[in-house]
Amino acid sequence: MKLFTVLTAALFSAVVLQISAGRAETPEEKGLAIAVEAERRDQGFGDQVTDMVMILRNRNGQESKREITNKILEVKNDGDKNLSIFHTPHDVRGTAFLTFSHKSGDDDQWLYLPALKRVKRINSRNKSGSFMGSEFSYEDISSQEIEKYTYKYLRDEILDGRECTVVKYYPVDQENSGYSRQVVWRDKKEYRIWKVEYYDRKNSHLKTLTLADYQQYLGRYWRAKKLHMVNHQNGKSTDLLYKNYRFQTGLKERDFNKNRLQRAR
Amino acid sequence: MLLILGAVLVSPFSGTAFELNGSIALEGQYFLEEPGFLNQEEHTASVAAKAEFYHSFSTGVSLVFKPFVRLDSNADERSHWDIREANFLYPIEGADLQVGIGKVFWGAAEFVHLVDIINQTDLVEGIDEEEKLGQPMLRLSLFQDWGLVDLFLLPWFRERNFPGEKDRLRTPFVIDTDQTLYESSSEEQHVDLALRYSSTFGDADIGLYQFIGTSREPTLIMNGQPDRPVLLPYYEQIRQTGLDLQMTAGSWLLKGEVLYRSGQGRNFAAAVAGFEYTFFSMYETSMDLGLIGEYVFDDRESRLALSSFNNDIMVGFRLALNDAAGTELLGGVIKDLELSTCIFSLEAGRRISERIKLNAEALLISAADEQDPAYWIEKDSYILLELVYFF
Repeated sequence: MKLFTVLTAALFSAVVLQISAGRAETPEEKGLAIAVEAERRDQGFGDQVTDMVMILRNRNGQESKREITNKILEVKNDGDKNLSIFHTPHDVRGTAFLTFSHKSGDDDQWLYLPALKRVKRINSRNKSGSFMGSEFSYEDISSQEIEKYTYKYLRDEILDGRECTVVKYYPVDQENSGYSRQVVWRDKKEYRIWKVEYYDRKNSHLKTLTLADYQQYLGRYWRAKKLHMVNHQNGKSTDLLYKNYRFQTGLKERDFNKNRLQRAR
Repeated sequence: MLLILGAVLVSPFSGTAFELNGSIALEGQYFLEEPGFLNQEEHTASVAAKAEFYHSFSTGVSLVFKPFVRLDSNADERSHWDIREANFLYPIEGADLQVGIGKVFWGAAEFVHLVDIINQTDLVEGIDEEEKLGQPMLRLSLFQDWGLVDLFLLPWFRERNFPGEKDRLRTPFVIDTDQTLYESSSEEQHVDLALRYSSTFGDADIGLYQFIGTSREPTLIMNGQPDRPVLLPYYEQIRQTGLDLQMTAGSWLLKGEVLYRSGQGRNFAAAVAGFEYTFFSMYETSMDLGLIGEYVFDDRESRLALSSFNNDIMVGFRLALNDAAGTELLGGVIKDLELSTCIFSLEAGRRISERIKLNAEALLISAADEQDPAYWIEKDSYILLELVYFF
């Protein structure tokens, strides 16, 4: 992350210079600066383990449930490593989904199938595909690296009594992303995301994500306990309910080794 | 009783020390034609149960125990039990040591499993060779910056099980496992060894291994009285080098397996190469459709070899509806390029409640050539329905 910090510092000094030189910050620069500051505030968590319940709701309100344990390892100078282990539905119990995200280029993804003890490489271009039948796509749940988007600050806005910035995110990988853009509401005080609107490749409003029940951990890191995603086009929705956030649990590289997934719990 | 036990012991989330879960499956297998051989039963029904006990100690050591049992209406070789896994895993600095009965899968292809060698095939479970018997082993996994090195010491050989006289999907003459023959005088106590290196290079996962020991695939030898001939399984000592590869290239997933074996007749090579191309979120639905193509080549002397894929092409698809019921379909056609044999296979699965899943499977063998081992099972095309309850 050192190189990145240097770059960030360079960027900030450039911004400061421009302001002192009397040139106004462009909306693109301001959008990027907000994303960079949010990233800076989230650095150094080391590793994180969470238990998650995913509730899928169809148009008629029928629900089905998945229970997942999620493990994240922060990686210096690159995207995070992420391991999701399924506990239910019972027939996929023990299935594990491993992602090494990268700041540039495609992520590396593997699927571990416990019945055959087989590790399958997954095509990570599948960004827009549904994650486990939910309204979250692979790109929604993957590590949000700064380099994956370009930015444009739109406006300030009060959302549920909180002063927020509203910024447009354009995917860098336009060919494989399911979106033409995202619009992100972040509060000015703690840089927490409260709402995201997703626009499909035809520019129509596809989904809206709202986040709630934020709690601060280790005196620094804010995490939401409830994520609610609504798909406006098919009428379905998905809730992600997080519990037992644990940080700095001592996870190591080898806990994210694709050959060791049969022991992952 | 199991349910109550389950409710007390099973904790659905991580961080718990003890876990118990498993499944009970009811299965009906309907054969489309009359049996081809004397004494074979027409249709079968069976019940299979498996359980998994897992315990992790505070020291980081973990224990897993997975028994399996099947009871078949036919009451022949298909009724059997096995300990699929029973082992301790000791994590040490930069390495894992695993001791006990274990299961390992090597390979990349979808329709054939050429290089997979550590575990013996549980052939009575299915001719796709995907079910395996538990293998006693000492396994040392060394995690290096440049990849993973796995060392295997396999002190006890597991014989392949074969369908009995009453079972369908068998050879014309029954394989008599009471008269098994070994090349090694140590017989099943011969200590087999394997060394494997695997790593990721960019978009590619590569594995390379050397195996020295008892062949998992026996050669079949004709024996018995002229009025009642039987086949005897003969297990040679072999050396096998294997390579497996899977890599992504744009929207393609490319797979390959290669093996070279000596010690079983003349030296031979076998290879499979294939691809999987997936259309994600088809027609703006959440459906994914994957197209699969594989070509397999096997140079072994035919004799009474069990492998019927010597020069075959496989074309198939995988359809995932990505619905709440997790509906999935996998279908394919295997066509011999020299002989007339053509095999159709279809597998489907769908959850019908939180804990119950319905699976269906069909295997149709058509125009099997007399020179092809598939000829023996030509009259055994079947449809199978399975209802699985998970606890």
